[in-house]
Amino acid sequence: MSGYTEKMREIAGRLLGDCSVQMVIGFRKGTLPMMNEPCFVTNPEQVPSLVWDSNCGINLANYLTNRKEKIAVFAKGCDSRNIVNHIVENKIKRDQLHIVGVPCTGMIDKRKITGMVNGEILETTETEDTIKVRTAEAETLFDKREVLQQNCALCIHRNPVIFDEMVADPVAEQTDIDRYADVRKIEEMDSKEKWQFFDDLLSPCIRCYACRNACPLCYCPTCFVDESKPQWVGKGQDPIDVRTFHFLRAYHCAGRCTDCGACQRACPVGIDMRLLTRKLEKDCQEQFGWEAGLSLDQRPALDVYQTNDPGDFIK
Amino acid sequence: MTLLTIDKDHWTQGLAAAADHYRLFGPVKEKDQHQFKALEKGRLPDLDLVNTRLSPKDLVFPQSEIMLTYSLDESREDHHIMKEAHTDHAPRAVVGMRPCDARAIQLVKLNFDTPDVKDPYWLKAYEATTFIGMACDTPLSTCFCTSAGCGPYNAEGLDILMMDRGETYLAKIFTEKGKAFADTAGWNQATPEAAEAFVAAKEAAEAKMVSTISTDNLADTDLLDLHGAPFWDDIAFACLNCGTCTFTCPTCWCFDIQDEVQGKSGVRMKNWDSCMFPIFTVHTTGHNPRDTKTQRVRQRFMHKLKYFVDKYQTGIMCVGCGRCVRQCPVNIDIRRVCELMNSFKPADACVAQG
Ligand code: SF4
Ligand code: SF4
Ligand code: SF4
Ligand code: SF4
Ligand code: SF4
Repeated sequence: MSGYTEKMREIAGRLLGDCSVQMVIGFRKGTLPMMNEPCFVTNPEQVPSLVWDSNCGINLANYLTNRKEKIAVFAKGCDSRNIVNHIVENKIKRDQLHIVGVPCTGMIDKRKITGMVNGEILETTETEDTIKVRTAEAETLFDKREVLQQNCALCIHRNPVIFDEMVADPVAEQTDIDRYADVRKIEEMDSKEKWQFFDDLLSPCIRCYACRNACPLCYCPTCFVDESKPQWVGKGQDPIDVRTFHFLRAYHCAGRCTDCGACQRACPVGIDMRLLTRKLEKDCQEQFGWEAGLSLDQRPALDVYQTNDPGDFIK
Repeated sequence: MTLLTIDKDHWTQGLAAAADHYRLFGPVKEKDQHQFKALEKGRLPDLDLVNTRLSPKDLVFPQSEIMLTYSLDESREDHHIMKEAHTDHAPRAVVGMRPCDARAIQLVKLNFDTPDVKDPYWLKAYEATTFIGMACDTPLSTCFCTSAGCGPYNAEGLDILMMDRGETYLAKIFTEKGKAFADTAGWNQATPEAAEAFVAAKEAAEAKMVSTISTDNLADTDLLDLHGAPFWDDIAFACLNCGTCTFTCPTCWCFDIQDEVQGKSGVRMKNWDSCMFPIFTVHTTGHNPRDTKTQRVRQRFMHKLKYFVDKYQTGIMCVGCGRCVRQCPVNIDIRRVCELMNSFKPADACVAQG
């Protein structure tokens, strides 16, 4: 996948050069190991700053919301599905976009790798299947599959679902993936255990809202947690307020979340809030046969009423 | 200044003795990270750490702090009367903080303790606290304290600075507060080692720093030129406005005051705020002078690297701890921004063609 960079620069250079787009949104190399920074380029001279490797996990659809320019954007499988959401929800127009599809073999989990080596990581280098990590004392070689972000390990839509051109041939999709083993475990808990579980899960939260802000689904002009006239939720560290934020946000994502993992990746304290969104994803699948962001022609699950919608909850 | 040797057994005993008179706080490891916490009896601070994810600024400036309480129950005589909340200001000590975090508290003090305004909440907590620092022999690749007016052996803001000598700690005591703590702990063994040990260790630690920034032009560059510089959109593009950089920063001091009422009882509380948040500067009219992400990101960097520099003449509002660099989810790096700002030359005013 790191081999994509050259092709991407070529595409970006062409699109800017012949004025087909006004800006290209991609990534530039980070200043830290395992970090790249989302960026835009507007003229061909800046194109060499674009890069691609397994550290491009932030969802670029997030940077399209309400933009007015004609934009080329690099889109992994999950990004492309969020772009579909964006188009369906009128946050950007299809003809404003030139989508450059990026077949994806998964993004690596910085936090996981950091936990697997001793000492500060000074450099990483990758090949198609391996990640080499260097600290002051040692070098460690990982099989990339062992250090993927969990959402990437579980991903069944690695290829973009919508694109104008592709950076490379499609990759093989993963099959026989059980996406919900951990969710089922929580479903089986009794309510006391569940309460405890979510208490533990969310207690480190510092309410920075990086999870919300990294997510392309969260584009309300004023989020309910920020609304102050009237105020919906307390602003302090009260655990009930923290949970209210998380549960309500998750519900807003029902039928829209693509499990891109940007929220979890952005969280500075490493909370797996995807457990909430994946539960809703599972429910949407089981109850409405719905998967988010696969087609421009279908209204989202919570946007339509069908006579065969399950109604067991109305007693 | 007094110099002491504390052998490590005596260190443990001393902390146990001090715990009878002070509430102790220090870094402890939880899950994968160190964090400053109140130490229950018998728990030792874990000093084998790199920089903590969050700074200990919340010891004097909690993320949420109740200032006043009141009742709306009209059958009570004191209804609708604000009362100062009870906060414990008994003596306490934070053990093992880094020099960068200690200096940060001194920078923040410029804001909370001025000739005109004294913030009683911040100051009471500050005054109750003894600051015991642990010099830093393992700077991270993202630490740039030496070029941010600080350093791994910087003593500013500390009552005691210790360094690790393997079997023993070497401690410098600077203040009455520090002496009182050492006396309570029973640390009184004058050291046979000379102060040179500190000097050598300081040099060794500084030699390990790989990251630097230049700040020399910031004060002289025109404020409005910098404000109007062309790079802000590029810097701000990736930003999620998540506020992680400001929450983890030991020198960020902004807060918001909120009333929260449950049933008939209410509190007035102070919560950390952040210039990254969309409603940070919303006026009561609804107008928001910093309505866009770029304006907010510019505020953060201009505050730290220009407004503060101009207002206080004590250097930048950053101690080089590198937390915002390490924690930013999209890798916005203050070192890179500082470089752009410091090397910025406004385009020459249009010169008439001759
Ligand atoms: S909730 Fe998280 S995983 Fe789902 S779309 Fe948003 S950022 Fe991606
Ligand atoms: S990013 Fe993490 S810490 Fe921040 S609000 Fe979300 S869950 Fe909480
Ligand atoms: S941590 Fe990074 S993304 Fe978050 S507000 Fe700060 S600069 Fe922006
Ligand atoms: S601005 Fe960043 S590097 Fe500077 S003191 Fe704050 S967190 Fe540390
Ligand atoms: S304005 Fe922003 S940078 Fe300045 S102290 Fe407040 S939160 Fe920090």
